[in-house]
Amino acid sequence: MAPLQIVFLILGLATIISAVMVVTARRIMHAALWLVLTLLGVAALFATLENGFFTAVQVVVYVGAIAILIIFAVMLTRRDLQDTPQQSNPNSGIVAVIALAVTGGLIYGLSTWQNFSASRSAMMTNAAAEGERIVDLGLALVSPDAFAIPFEVASVLLIGALIGAIYVASGQRE
Amino acid sequence: MPNFWTDPIGFLTQWLTALLIGWGVAPEVVNFSLSLLGAIVLPLMAMLFVIFLIWYERKLYGRMQDRLGPNRVGPWGIFQTFADMGKIFTKEVITPTGVDLVPYNLAPILAVGSVLMAWSVMPLSVNIVGVNLSVGLLLVIAAGGFGELGIMMAGWGSNNKYALLGGFRAVALLISYEIPMVIAMLIPAMLAGSLNLTEIVANQDVPFILMAPVAALIFFITQVAETARAPFDLTEAESEIVAGVNIEYSGLKFGMFYVGEFLHAFTASMLFATLFLGGYRGPFVEQFPLIGIVYLLIKTFFVYFFSILFRGGLPRFRIDQMLNLNWKILAPLSLAMVFITALVDKTAVQLIGGQLDSTMLLVVRTVLLLAVNGVVFWVVTRLMEINIKPARRVVSGARPVATPGVSQQSPEDPQVPQEPQVPGEVSA
Repeated sequence: MAPLQIVFLILGLATIISAVMVVTARRIMHAALWLVLTLLGVAALFATLENGFFTAVQVVVYVGAIAILIIFAVMLTRRDLQDTPQQSNPNSGIVAVIALAVTGGLIYGLSTWQNFSASRSAMMTNAAAEGERIVDLGLALVSPDAFAIPFEVASVLLIGALIGAIYVASGQRE
Repeated sequence: MPNFWTDPIGFLTQWLTALLIGWGVAPEVVNFSLSLLGAIVLPLMAMLFVIFLIWYERKLYGRMQDRLGPNRVGPWGIFQTFADMGKIFTKEVITPTGVDLVPYNLAPILAVGSVLMAWSVMPLSVNIVGVNLSVGLLLVIAAGGFGELGIMMAGWGSNNKYALLGGFRAVALLISYEIPMVIAMLIPAMLAGSLNLTEIVANQDVPFILMAPVAALIFFITQVAETARAPFDLTEAESEIVAGVNIEYSGLKFGMFYVGEFLHAFTASMLFATLFLGGYRGPFVEQFPLIGIVYLLIKTFFVYFFSILFRGGLPRFRIDQMLNLNWKILAPLSLAMVFITALVDKTAVQLIGGQLDSTMLLVVRTVLLLAVNGVVFWVVTRLMEINIKPARRVVSGARPVATPGVSQQSPEDPQVPQEPQVPGEVSA
């Protein structure tokens, strides 16, 4: 086993353990911090796959923005940060079924992909230099035959969320 | 073997590799240990540099306040920081009861580590750079996210209400100002056509401050805010929340926050120099790359000097003023600048790009962008003057209790009708 593979497995294991800790930690704040570690683990997995762009984006978006936002929300909405709320959700059975179904579907979907068992080096050889790949990604996001419509739909959704947040925050008006 | 003067890092790498292999070390181990050596030396130099920075800033700050600054230890007090270091190293490491141990102890490390992370992609000279990463600019932004996380963890882990309040304020400040900062950073990336910091510097035949002065101004203001120093130091407003997030820290752990703050200010100035002032570029850099470091340091200290002037010259913002400045002026302005710069620059290249040689095209683009930036700046300042809100207004007239007549009233009729007296008005 190559050293990089061992690093990859260790990182994957750390990510899964911290993901489990997110749902089992007694304090809500600890759960949020474990979530940060989970997201960082995913970023580190991207780094071992030699994709600097996704590593940086994962850290910027998830650790820099979303995790901070979650921690902020936890801090602002809890009256007592030391509280230990009830751990089990009454819907946990349904959630478990859905989670298993999604995971199974993802694994099945990926296993039918032709490159599923290809080695990393085989996939790397025909890949362009990373700078060009970013340019390709950027062009794909704005070109009409690629992802322009999903991209615009996502931005409309975000604007809707922004306006909704402003409406909720500004209080009820007659 | 490369010449030391044209490729210092390549020379050292080859020399060390030959030396270690001569000692019988396996090649993979040599590669690994050389990377490790680089990863240790670069942050170590940065952190040792802080010793000088602290003295420089204290001296300058003292002069601005009509004091001498440190002047006892060594000539011009230059060894003052060493004395302070000796003091802080020998202090007891205190862990207050009730803290959350892991976040509490991790926070100071993140405060310094997040800043040092940016140094790994900072091009110090033509071929002196930690990692020539294609997404270097994104990594610098990502490093800022770790800093916010560290402050949040310090605020929560300290188990102190003032630390928590400081943490809230700090994160509100940092997250808000990150938005115009990132958008302003986009403009040099757009002009250079790359996210790679080395390429951004290499493509700066004209310093980008001439092509995007408004973006440079936005970046300068936001980088001062990101370091949470005056006039944006409401995160550690002494009179309101004692000291903010670092209230429960002492000794070496406090020292880490202190070093992190100074290093952050300097690194942000260095980023400004890299993005807008042409980084290491200057005469004879191609022949002697080591000169590039000197040029970069001169430019960085120029920016750093201005941020110290900023710090010493302006009073602290209130939190609502701070948020207003960000969300009502800087964020929309930076978005508009991205739009305008892209439009003007691309149109110019498309329309006249074929007819001129590259030097003339560069001159035309620079003049055009400078003119557009001037117009935008003039319009924005006019709009700000028109829409200026009165900073103070009289909320209500003086209450009857406060008027001198009331205290002389007899207690049996307290309901004396009184004319409310507005301070600004001339009473009849």
